[in-house]
Parts: sequence; C-alpha cells; structure tokens
Amino acid sequence: MQPDVIAFELALSMYFISAIAGTADLFKKTNIWPRLLFVSAGAGFVFHTISTVYRFAIAGHPPIVSPHEATAFFAWCIVLMFFVVEIRYRLGLFGSFIMPLVFFMAFTAAMLPREFEPLQPLLQSKWLLTHTFLAFLGNAAFALACMAGVMYLVQEHYLKSKHMGDLFGRLPSIQTLDHLNYRLITIAFPLFTLAIISGMAWAKSSMGNYLALDFRTVWAMVTWLIYALILHARLVAGWRGRRASVLSIVGFISVLLAFFGVKLLQKGFHIF
Amino acid sequence: MNLLVVGLNHKTADVEVRERLAFGGAKLEDGLKRITALDDVNEAVILSTCNRVEMYLNVKDPVKAEDELIDFFSEFHSIRHELLRPSLYFHTGDEAVRHAFRVASSLDSMVVGEPQITGQLKDAFDASLKFKTTGILLNKLMKKSLSVAKRVRTETRISALAVSISYAAVELAKKVFEDLGGKNVLLLGAGEMAELAAKHLVNSGVAETVVANRTFATGCELAKDMGGRAVKFEDFPDEMLTADIVICSTGAPTYVVTKPMMKDIMKKRKQEPMFIIDISVPRNIDPELDELDNVYRYDVDDLQGVVDTNVGERRKEAELAEGIIAEEIETFKRWLSSLEAVPTILALRERADRIMAQEVERFMGKHPDLGEKEIQAINRLTAGIVSKLIHPPTAALKEDAEDKDILIATIKRIYGLD
Repeated sequence: MQPDVIAFELALSMYFISAIAGTADLFKKTNIWPRLLFVSAGAGFVFHTISTVYRFAIAGHPPIVSPHEATAFFAWCIVLMFFVVEIRYRLGLFGSFIMPLVFFMAFTAAMLPREFEPLQPLLQSKWLLTHTFLAFLGNAAFALACMAGVMYLVQEHYLKSKHMGDLFGRLPSIQTLDHLNYRLITIAFPLFTLAIISGMAWAKSSMGNYLALDFRTVWAMVTWLIYALILHARLVAGWRGRRASVLSIVGFISVLLAFFGVKLLQKGFHIF
Repeated sequence: MNLLVVGLNHKTADVEVRERLAFGGAKLEDGLKRITALDDVNEAVILSTCNRVEMYLNVKDPVKAEDELIDFFSEFHSIRHELLRPSLYFHTGDEAVRHAFRVASSLDSMVVGEPQITGQLKDAFDASLKFKTTGILLNKLMKKSLSVAKRVRTETRISALAVSISYAAVELAKKVFEDLGGKNVLLLGAGEMAELAAKHLVNSGVAETVVANRTFATGCELAKDMGGRAVKFEDFPDEMLTADIVICSTGAPTYVVTKPMMKDIMKKRKQEPMFIIDISVPRNIDPELDELDNVYRYDVDDLQGVVDTNVGERRKEAELAEGIIAEEIETFKRWLSSLEAVPTILALRERADRIMAQEVERFMGKHPDLGEKEIQAINRLTAGIVSKLIHPPTAALKEDAEDKDILIATIKRIYGLD
C-alpha cells in the first residue's frame, strides 16, 4: 500500500477514536474522554497532513482535484479550524459535536476512488490553489458555525424546558455560543466571498466569462445569499440566538449540497 | 505518633451543645495551648464552626487519650460528662484521615458542596501554626486535606450545583449570560426574597441595579442598600429596555408583564436576551413569555425544580468525591508508613556506624604500625561490609507493606535498637 493511503487510513482511525470519545463524553463525564478526543484528533491531523503532503509531492499539484481529495481536504480544514477555535475559546464539549462530522467527511473520502487523476487543462491555473483553499477554509468555518448553532439550540432547549440535563452544566452559556456562531460566520463570509470572486476571475481567464454557471456555482450563490442574510438580519433586525442558529444550520446544509450535489449531477466543470 | 480526631457536629449534637463547646475568640488559643500541654498530646488543630467543633490531634496512646479528652472538654467548657459522651465521636488511623479529607471537601457538611468549610479549616490550621501547636504529622494532614478539597472541587461538580433557589437563579443566569459582570438588574417590587436573590447577583458583579416599587420610598431604601437607583413603578417598561436581569416580586394579584408587552420590549431591545425571575405568588409575569425567543423566565416552581435536580446530581458527584478521597487516603498512608520507618532506619544506620567505628578503633590500637594504605583499605573494607549488611533491612523499611509496624518492631528487636 502506498504511504499516502496508509497515512490516510491512520488518520481515519484516529478521527474515529476521536469521534467515539466525543460522543461518549456527551453521555458520561470523565477526564479521559476530552483528553482522548484531543490527542487522537491531533494524531489524526498529523497523519492527514502527511498524506496530503505526500499526494502533493507525487502529483505535482495541490491534492484537491478529485472527489476523494476534495472531501479529504475539507475534513482537514475543519480539524485545523477546530483546533484554532479550541485554543482561543476553550469551549466545553465543542469537540463532541465537531469530530463526528470530521469522521463522517473522512470516511466519505475513504469510500471514494483514490487514483491520481491527471490535471485537466481547465484546472491548470494559478487560481486553483487560491480559489479552492479559500473555499474550503470558508466552508470549514461554516461547518463550525453550524455546530455552534446546534449546541446553542441544545442549551436553549434546556433553558426553555427548565429541565436541566447533565449536559446543561457542561455546555457553554448561550451568549458564548451565539457569539461564537457570529464570529465564525464573520470569518467565513469574507473567505467565501473571496473564493467566489477568485472563482469568477478564474472563469474569466479560462473561459472568457465571469459567470460560468454550473450546479456548484449556482448553489454557491444561494449559500452566499443565506449567509449574507444571516449577517444582515443580525445587524439590522436583531436576528440573534435561535434564528441565527437555525439559519447557520440551513446555510451549512446548503454548503453540503453545493459540495456533494455535484456528484449527483456529474455535469459542469466542478468535477469535484 | 497516632492520629486522633475527636468532636461533634450538627449530626451528633444540637445547637445548644455545639454552642457550649465552641472555641471562639481567645478560647481558641487557650484551648490549643492547654490541650498540647497534656502529656499525651503532641500536636493539635482545633476546628470550631457553627456546625462542628473538632480537634485533630497527634497522641501517644489513642485509647488512653479518649478519656483524657472527655475530661479536658468537660473541664474547659464547664460541661457535664453525661452531656458530652453521647455527642462526641472519635476516629483514629485510616478513619481519622478519611474524616479529615471528607470534612475539608465539604462532604460532611450540612449542605454538601458548600464552599466555606475549606476556608474555615485553613484558618484553623493557620491558627495552630501561629501558636506552634502542630508538627510533622498534622502539618502534613492539614496540607493534604486542603489539597484533597481542591481536587474534589475541581474534579467533581459538587460545589457547582446550587441547592437554594437564589443560587439556582444565579446558576441559570450564568448559562444565559457568560459573564454577569456589566449586566443590569431591575427589581420589580422590593420584597425580601427579591432582595436576597439580587444580593447574590450583585456579589457576582453586576453593573447597575434599578428598583421599581409601588411605594417609592421603600424602593429608594432598597436601592440605596444595593448601591443602585430607584424609579417610579409606572416607569418600569422603559427600564426593561436596558435591563438584562429582572427580578419580580410585586405581590400584585395579576400579571404585571404580559406577552404582548414583552414582545414589544424585545423588539425595541433588538432581541438582547433577558433573564427574568418571578418569585411572586401569584405570578406577576405571564408564563406565555416562555414562547418568546431570547426571553428566559423562571418562577418559583421552575427554580425549585432546578434545585431538586441538583440534589440528585450532587449525590452522584459526592460518590465521585468519595472515590478521590479513597485514593488520597492510600497515598497518605504510604507517606505515614515511610515516616514511621525513618527513625528506625536512622537508628539502624547509626548503630552500624558506631559498631564499625568502635571495632576499627580497637583494631588500630592493636596494630599501631599499619601504613596509610593499609588503614585506608581497612576503612573501605569495613564500610563496605557494614553497608551491604544493613542494606536489605533498610530497603525493607522503605518499602510499603501492610505489616510495617511488625517489621519495625522486629528490626528493632533483632538489631537491639531502642
């Protein structure tokens, strides 16, 4: 087996352990689960990085051009963002909501064919790295914002139903969760916007047209509108808390549709 | 050197007896000095609070000490033996260590998880240090008890779960607002319960307190008390535009705040979250407010529900705490047994060195013309033999074993140590 495959399989196993630890932590509080979650997530990230770098070296271009590579890279970005957020905010139980998502992504990637695909002419562009990297980082932040939204809804449910479950004491306050959701979207939105703009520049330079419409570009616009609405409504109409959280989840579903929906249609130039 | 704990608490004696045995003010110094003056007692720490009076002692003979201590208490506090005996408990050995750890971690308190006892134990220890009534055993026990208490507090949620309505309100508020500092509090009505809840919040560092009471004068008084300001009752809707936390206890017979009213206020506040406690009976805040986003309303039943859940949770956390304490007792026992062996190890070494010195001296006396080289060789030889001989018993003494005291006694006997 090739080194990148081995490394990726190891990363996948580590993410699995991390996801299990995170889920277990939701049910029973111990000192082990959080530590296990972080250690295995970190180990997984290292293996994942090795796999990515190896593929980059072999292929000679960024390893983001096949469905497998794109999905794997998406997962990698989420883990990266997760660590950045955790170091900054140190939230209770955030990992329990993120690592299962990461595992799902990595598992999906593992199911997809891993052959090295030759770089199609359309993709041989200086825009490749910029556009895709911005898109993935932005989407990763949207993923985290979605999970912050989920946690918000859970905690809000406890507060509203007045039945303080075990998680109630361990989840952060809704103010923290709402603030986190907001911060993440304010980081993700510019990145995503730049991704779209660089995509347009790329389309112009390679196809002569700014608006090259295919499944993904259309859905990306929809996604952009949803998050623009979230930010606008927050600032102008005070759409915070529950509404913002629900919309963040809707927004991320849109992100996933844009990302995976392409596979369903197999048309257009976004082949991954 | 034996650990002995003697005392009474809210479970074994009622408040009249506890009052009479308290060591308040100057009595503490007096008690410490007089108890350590007793022949049998080497070290003492006295813990005297409104719920317990205890002595932690290092005594020579724990069995003999029991009677002596009852006499001491009886004499010191002028209280009859018959009143004392049924209330006092005695713990020695492992049980004494467990008791110390449990008390420090608030597991023996009337409200398990209460934060005061650890500080009270620390003060008691500081007093004993000041009057120099502790030594190696109690110093270690006290320090360990305080660190075990800290472990229990950080590793379990035992002190985080509120068991009174006002604490429950603060706990809920902290899950709505991350930080209570800088939040504004509005009191609707100036009742006693509202005051109590408000004081808890103020202790958590809230910004401004506003009181809106029908009787303006009473409102002013309370506002002054809380370091805030008073407004006319009719003006409260305006105040709700900037208040984050509202405590309501007006005694009105109907709803003072209705859902449509609140909807309008929330719109004007741009949906800034609001936390409302309604401790009036009948309720003054329409329960339908629960249907509004970003409004969190709790009445007395809701708060009591939180308290009831917490009592069960606390019990679970207390079990975790007992586990931590069991671990720490083992560690303490190991320290204790190594401590007991130290004098014997030293005595053994000293004996061996003395024998070696004596024999070498005698040999030198009989062989005066030995050269420097030979003398050195003889010293090295004898030192080597002696070291090798006492190494196994020394190692055995340093090991942790169940029958340590038998081992110590045996080694003392076979080596003729004192």
